[in-house]
Amino acid sequence: MTIKQISVFVSNMTGGLADVAEDIGKGGVDIRALSIADTTDFGILRLIVDNPDRALETLRADGYVVSVTDVVAAHIDDTPGGLARVLRILADAGIGIEYVYAFVTRQAKNAYVVFRLDDGERGCRILEENGVRLASPDEVYKL
Amino acid sequence: MSGYYEPEIECASRDEIADLQNKRLRATVRRVYDNVAFYRERMDRAGVRPEDIHTVGDLHLLPFVTKQDIRDTYPYGMVACPMSDVVEMHATSGTTGKPVVAVYTQKDIDIWGECCARAIVAAGGSKESRVHVSYGYGLFTGGLGLDHGGHALGAATFPVSSGNTQRQIQIMRDLGSTILCCTPSYAAYLGETVQDMGVQGELKLTAGIFGAEPWSEEMRRDIEAKLGIRAYDIYGLTEIMGPGVAFECAEQTGMHVNEDHFIPEIINPETGEPLPDGELGELVFTCISKEAFPLIRYRTRDLCVLSRRPCSCGRTFVKMAKPMGRTDDMLIIRGVNVFPSQIETVLLSRGFSPNYQIIVDRVNNSDTLDVQVEMNADMFSDTVKQIESHERELIGDLKSMLGIYANVKLVAPKSITRSEGKAKRVIDKRKI
Repeated sequence: MTIKQISVFVSNMTGGLADVAEDIGKGGVDIRALSIADTTDFGILRLIVDNPDRALETLRADGYVVSVTDVVAAHIDDTPGGLARVLRILADAGIGIEYVYAFVTRQAKNAYVVFRLDDGERGCRILEENGVRLASPDEVYKL
Repeated sequence: MSGYYEPEIECASRDEIADLQNKRLRATVRRVYDNVAFYRERMDRAGVRPEDIHTVGDLHLLPFVTKQDIRDTYPYGMVACPMSDVVEMHATSGTTGKPVVAVYTQKDIDIWGECCARAIVAAGGSKESRVHVSYGYGLFTGGLGLDHGGHALGAATFPVSSGNTQRQIQIMRDLGSTILCCTPSYAAYLGETVQDMGVQGELKLTAGIFGAEPWSEEMRRDIEAKLGIRAYDIYGLTEIMGPGVAFECAEQTGMHVNEDHFIPEIINPETGEPLPDGELGELVFTCISKEAFPLIRYRTRDLCVLSRRPCSCGRTFVKMAKPMGRTDDMLIIRGVNVFPSQIETVLLSRGFSPNYQIIVDRVNNSDTLDVQVEMNADMFSDTVKQIESHERELIGDLKSMLGIYANVKLVAPKSITRSEGKAKRVIDKRKI
């Protein structure tokens, strides 16, 4: 089970991120989680939002370069060793991680970790076989 | 297959063209010698008399005219007719010094119109066309030159001038413009905007005539795809006339020089020696029908090649290739000659936008070359690894094209200023 992540090209200049965030806000889209990969010249802003279609439409209309990627959001026990257990399952199965970021929710006792895996399909299967609960799109978007 | 505006001249035999050129050359040399002190002094100093010039083959006896000569005689020192015969003037922007002022008699304007009409017809235009001129009107020759062409042809001519892109597109949609005339960089921007607005299907454009700055074949394809037209090159310079000195035909493999009015030569820019057809060198023009401002052997600084291979369009005028750069646009970076057009070719072949900026600087006594390119949807990815691999491919292509390393900087879409006239592609920060 995968969820949709929106990636946005952000040029490395003061106010670049503020512009994107304002644009998303203007579109009435709520951000659930974010991470940024940065290089000296530019950044890639990765977002999990409540309404990916609306976010895409708003950003594209305003001239941003945007892409959509399927990522895996796994429930992690919010206890010491919780993340390690999930990472070990992936490592043992020989599945590489392109990038990872985490977010916690207001009500639940657990955290979510978003994975972009080099083999997403097999990764999902292995995690589920090992008892890791994967978040459904609805579950994440409606948090 | 489009027709011709003046088939009897455009498709004349080479003997007929040579006879006409020889006759007009003799008359022009005689006239400038008699009327313009500058030419008389120069020719006397070179030991050449008007009667020494019999044919085009004798051209090499005459001294060159340079941009500096025009500046030195600013503003009217080279005018070869009474000022009372002058009806129009144009001037360059003068960004590199004093402006070049060119003046025209009514006959000069009529010939200019005919030359541009030939270009419009070669691009598939006719009296039925709606010629949309988005070159700037004013002292710049682009706007009024094509305007004179549209009028000569008897086509509906829209003097839209440059700027206000939304309104340009509205006029194209509402008034049914069929032939667009502007700079290639503005055509690319118009194409981009037309696509963003999703109105390509509502336009009646069939062709575009684009000139006044260098552009590549890749840029041609980009403009043709975005606007759904055929894009034709046109060549000219204020000193010689303005647009219409040479124009492209349906074959799109170079521009036919209007040889009944202008004689082209290619010379070695270092020695001034004439070079045979097919060799790359500096383009030199001699005006043989102009009354007011007939330059003799004017060095254009454009580097190009002439070809006399017969053309499938039936025209017999010699063809000049797209200038591959200007002797004064050429950047010398770490001792290597670099032309912005080479960088553009690589960018477009890699699917990047034709909006880019080249920044040259000197850091620790070594030249640096930065190319800013706009990110686009095809090149974007959610991983840095993949974007950097596109970047490396681009750097590799630039290296093999230029022979030196260029640093690529990816910037946000539309963050590089769009030009409504000539694009400013190069920023040279070196203080030497």
